[in-house]
Amino acid sequence: MSKLLIKSSPHLKDEDTISTIMWSVALALTPAVVMSIYFFRLSAVSIYLNCIIAALISELICLKLRGKPLHHASDGSAFVTGLLTAMILPPGSAYYVGIVAAGFAIAIVKHCFGGLGHNIWNPALAGRVFVQFAYPTEVNLSEWMVPSSLFGNGADAVTQASPLVEQVDSYLELFLGIGVSGSLGETCKLALLIGGLYLIFRKIIDWRVPVYYIGTVFVLTYLLPAKSGLDFSPYYHVLSGGLFIGAFFMATDMVTSPVTPLGRLIFAVGCGILVVVIRLYGGYPEGVAYSILLMNTAVPLIDRYCKPRIYGSKTKQAGSSL
Amino acid sequence: MAIKNNKKITFPYGGVHPPEGKQTKDMPLERSEPPATVEVLMAQHIGAPAVPVVKRRQEVKKGELIGEAQGFISANIHSPVSGKVKRMENRIHNPTGKPAAAVIIDNDGEDQWAEGCNEEQNVSDMEPQSMIALVRQAGIVGMGGAAFPAHVKLSPPEETPVSDVIINGAECEPMLTCDHRLMLEKTQEIIQATRLIMKIVRAGNGYIGIEKNKPDAIAAFRQELEKNADKNIQLLPLEVSYPQGAEQQLITAITGREVPAGGGLPSHVGCLVHNVATALAIREAIQYKIPLIERPLTVAGTAIKKPGNFYELIGTSIQHILKRQEVEDDMKLLISGGPMMGVAQGQTEVPLLKGNSGILAMRAAEIGEQRACIRCGRCVEACPLRLMPNMISVLCENERWQEAQEEYQVRECKECGCCAYICPANRKIVHMIKWCKAELAAAGA
Repeated sequence: MSKLLIKSSPHLKDEDTISTIMWSVALALTPAVVMSIYFFRLSAVSIYLNCIIAALISELICLKLRGKPLHHASDGSAFVTGLLTAMILPPGSAYYVGIVAAGFAIAIVKHCFGGLGHNIWNPALAGRVFVQFAYPTEVNLSEWMVPSSLFGNGADAVTQASPLVEQVDSYLELFLGIGVSGSLGETCKLALLIGGLYLIFRKIIDWRVPVYYIGTVFVLTYLLPAKSGLDFSPYYHVLSGGLFIGAFFMATDMVTSPVTPLGRLIFAVGCGILVVVIRLYGGYPEGVAYSILLMNTAVPLIDRYCKPRIYGSKTKQAGSSL
Repeated sequence: MAIKNNKKITFPYGGVHPPEGKQTKDMPLERSEPPATVEVLMAQHIGAPAVPVVKRRQEVKKGELIGEAQGFISANIHSPVSGKVKRMENRIHNPTGKPAAAVIIDNDGEDQWAEGCNEEQNVSDMEPQSMIALVRQAGIVGMGGAAFPAHVKLSPPEETPVSDVIINGAECEPMLTCDHRLMLEKTQEIIQATRLIMKIVRAGNGYIGIEKNKPDAIAAFRQELEKNADKNIQLLPLEVSYPQGAEQQLITAITGREVPAGGGLPSHVGCLVHNVATALAIREAIQYKIPLIERPLTVAGTAIKKPGNFYELIGTSIQHILKRQEVEDDMKLLISGGPMMGVAQGQTEVPLLKGNSGILAMRAAEIGEQRACIRCGRCVEACPLRLMPNMISVLCENERWQEAQEEYQVRECKECGCCAYICPANRKIVHMIKWCKAELAAAGA
């Protein structure tokens, strides 16, 4: 008889692992990736390749330096970080921008803080913000590549202002991303919505986060007065910029968002408030990246004050508010 | 208190849905050939171990007292066979894996009952106190796994009277089916046992809770209860969700009340919960003066060639059971109990205890690589006690035991395993929690 294994209960295990979760996120991003390649053609392909390869190589180097098993690089988390980094970069940006953004995301934001599970900020967003500061002329928020249309011959080198500065024709076009300029993977809201719904259905992300995030932006842009010239309708605010990709794929990042239902609600509403404040009263036309990074910073505090009420305890836990 | 028929009866927060794997549910309980030798542990229950009252080479009869309870929270131990005491020796106590005192008895095959055992009693005018005395004498303990002495539960303090008796037929652990079989084969007896328990604690309401994955058992009880027109006992089909049959979850599912944290008892919220097998043992003790010397047991798993349900004598070696049911050579994991809360055994020569509801043998088992917590929050969502297993496990990894208790109340954990079952990072959360509790106990905190 072979040796018996001694281990702690439970002796059953749910099938989901870090890998299945990460590759599901990659699958959920596929529709938006396909649309971005359709809109921005070769420029998109080269940014995706640069970012994903840079992310994977950085991951391998960091794992090696930290003495961690190299097979962790295949768990999908570095792949997703590379993919997301590419999706929030401007199309047409130089090859090194993507490499630096993805490398910074993995090496500095993720591994310097302890690797998967320990990072405070969403790596892709922090990578994007880093290159925005590092290459102000390359990553420029006022000049954007015009996407190719159904009848066009591919992405146009001509630039135009961000959709948050200049209005497009209809909400439908905004929703589908037709003729909308913006970061690589953020323009087709329909594709992002399909991916987001898949993740909600798979119970990988909590529906509360995108619903409360987008809901807060809608309600506040409806209620609050804006600076003159920036008084867009709430529908326009919801459908433009990086709100969808941020709400479905960045604010829902497990590592950098709260773990309790109440914490997630506070986090999402906080993100929404910050986006609106930045968009309506700040110096930037877009605020999704900063809103999420700022709220990421508050996550340990939120978790601490949102402990659920433990079964059978009448009074609230010290530091609990549910 | 009437519960509406259309309401889904389940605990309100957390839980998981592991694959049920109840392949033995159609296999009736069988009585097999008794083993030639039984090894009866003196510590089979929560509380002080019993002390042997027999000597080496002493003749004993079936049902004869061989170990005497020490104090109120303890339980008597009886000989499961007639025969001769071979010797006193240590045997492995399967829930802890540690050696403990046992009485080894050679079975003479005569099957002779001890005097005063197996005699029908007149229960109709018996006082509750005498009934509790009979239960105490019979050494009945919780047979769902916890092995808490039943007479203690039946004697709630005067200031916390029991109004609701809950008979636990949830059997929410995957793979186990012996309670299911009992409910099908002993429906009427379980209802009689419920009435007896209600009478003992003077409770007005009786509930029999059965998970909906046992529709045949639910139908059997419905028919039997309708026949008796017993209005005080209500049949409650429960949603299929693990851990529906955990005492706290079952109480909350049925009554909406929460057992107070920090060591509260079901009687603090007017409840008394007994597993179906325990209820039957209580009835046999009162009505027939039969002590707890055998129990229903599910033998299953991928490494068992002939799985099934059996009435097994307490003290039967698991080795004997595995041999009888034919075990595969490549068995890698042997579990006493269910797959969610059962304890992996390091060897097969382990005697069966009153609290063992299953023997599961698996061909495939691995520990798997534990990754860092990715803060997905699934364990927080799955914990039926609304603890934060993610934080507890991270604190335990850093040996911050005190903080795990002070900030996150690790001691409230009942180790149901929902957190570790659902964890995508394959974290050994239950293992760390057990370790933490041991460290806290050692530190005297």
